[in-house]
Amino acid sequence: MRDKRMTADEVVSQIKDGMTVGIGGWGSRRKPMALVKAILRSAIKDLTVVTYGGPDAGLLCAAGKVRKLVYGFVSLDSIPYDPWFKRARETGAIEVLELDEGMFQTGLRAAGHRLPFLPIRAGLGSDVLKYAPELKTVRSPYDDGEELVAMPALKLDVALVHLNRADRHGNAQYLGPDPYFDDLFCLAADRRYVSCEQIVETFDGPPQTLLLNRMMVDGVVEAPGGAAFTSCVPDYGRDEALQREYANAASDLEQWPAFYERFLG
Amino acid sequence: MSDITRAEVCVAACADLFAGAGETLASPMGLIPSLGAKLARLTTEPDLLLSDGEAFLLTPESTVEGWLPYRKVFDIVAHGRRHVVMGANQVDRFGNQNISAIGDHARPTRQLLGFRGAPGNTVNHRTSYWVPRHSPRVLVEAVDVVSGVGYDRAAGPFHDVHRVVTNLAVLDFDTPDHSMRLVSTHPGVSVDEVQKQTSFPLVADEVTETRLPTDEELELIRTRLDPQGKRDKEVPS
Repeated sequence: MRDKRMTADEVVSQIKDGMTVGIGGWGSRRKPMALVKAILRSAIKDLTVVTYGGPDAGLLCAAGKVRKLVYGFVSLDSIPYDPWFKRARETGAIEVLELDEGMFQTGLRAAGHRLPFLPIRAGLGSDVLKYAPELKTVRSPYDDGEELVAMPALKLDVALVHLNRADRHGNAQYLGPDPYFDDLFCLAADRRYVSCEQIVETFDGPPQTLLLNRMMVDGVVEAPGGAAFTSCVPDYGRDEALQREYANAASDLEQWPAFYERFLG
Repeated sequence: MSDITRAEVCVAACADLFAGAGETLASPMGLIPSLGAKLARLTTEPDLLLSDGEAFLLTPESTVEGWLPYRKVFDIVAHGRRHVVMGANQVDRFGNQNISAIGDHARPTRQLLGFRGAPGNTVNHRTSYWVPRHSPRVLVEAVDVVSGVGYDRAAGPFHDVHRVVTNLAVLDFDTPDHSMRLVSTHPGVSVDEVQKQTSFPLVADEVTETRLPTDEELELIRTRLDPQGKRDKEVPS
């Protein structure tokens, strides 16, 4: 079996300007921050970033890596708003596709199933469709004739996710209470990279915690603490102090360069 | 029991949102709606399902009785056995809600959370709103961005915007054209005051006074659900 271990910089060397990159986790939870940091340190630009957004979205906006952001929300959970995302929006620095979060999941699922779209009710009547005129509706071909949103596939060039454990072949396990949508991100992407707290030979715990199997993964990075300052329970909770520092520095451009330098290490 | 606070009235009003809900997932956002949902479960709605806001369904004793990660929440949303109580940066006369952005969406003057689940929630199952500071800036004639869908839009067969509970009043949409109606004002609040804090004319034909919590409810709120009195910070008396 193939040994897929690599470094974060090797992962990022696979990402080209203009690519569409999906980032797993949810809000400020189990974000692949070690991989995001490697993007921040790189010269990559013009990315379309697809995320249930947390500080990953803010940091990539801060570094000018984002041409377009696809999201249902951006939040730091314990801090409602991400200051960098707000600034990027309020200065018109980025293009956006703002979706209902169920539409987002449906788009990933359509991509994973190699379908052009999947129908969903979410979005009807709301301004999601007004601000994204590329989204179309479809009429049920059955007797009900109901009109539904035809959520297009959110196809990804690259998926980046962080799990608790993985083996060198790419099988990977979450140990917290929520898988989030990391498996869907991997199915929706051409190239899939998982960072993990620890690479193991064999897995402990119930087999249904094995979220990713190796045919869904192209590269494995051992990155202890690789989700911090977001949470990666049960290995660690969110580093609220560091997140507050991030949010404070992000709100004050004078403080930002010093924080950013320290944060990138 | 004396000295009932405004916050406690709001908690009971939020509990009443779930009247008759039965085995339905209650998804309250924010402290007062959460206290209300828990109060309902402990009193009139023992069959209600309550999540911890993360991945578990919890009993009132905080025992895990179910697993509900986000992906399964979306299944419940589509299935429809859910009553969400969302916040609202803006809510308008026909129950449209905005949590996305203030100003022009292309370049907002104030970016908020984003659409979140509001579009899906409102076309799939019962939705109520909680407004801790009832003011003309929140109760607006028309929202800047429609996140949650109101009654003046084509919203499909499962659309059901139930009520708006604020720090001043309880409102619903039970009028011929589904425009917002003042159901009750909280004790000590006048109809005029509610109207003055609302940017559009409310239907106010048969306004009552919001009920006081019972002694049993007050006991539960004060000693069991919120002994530290966090509710009074969200809604000062």
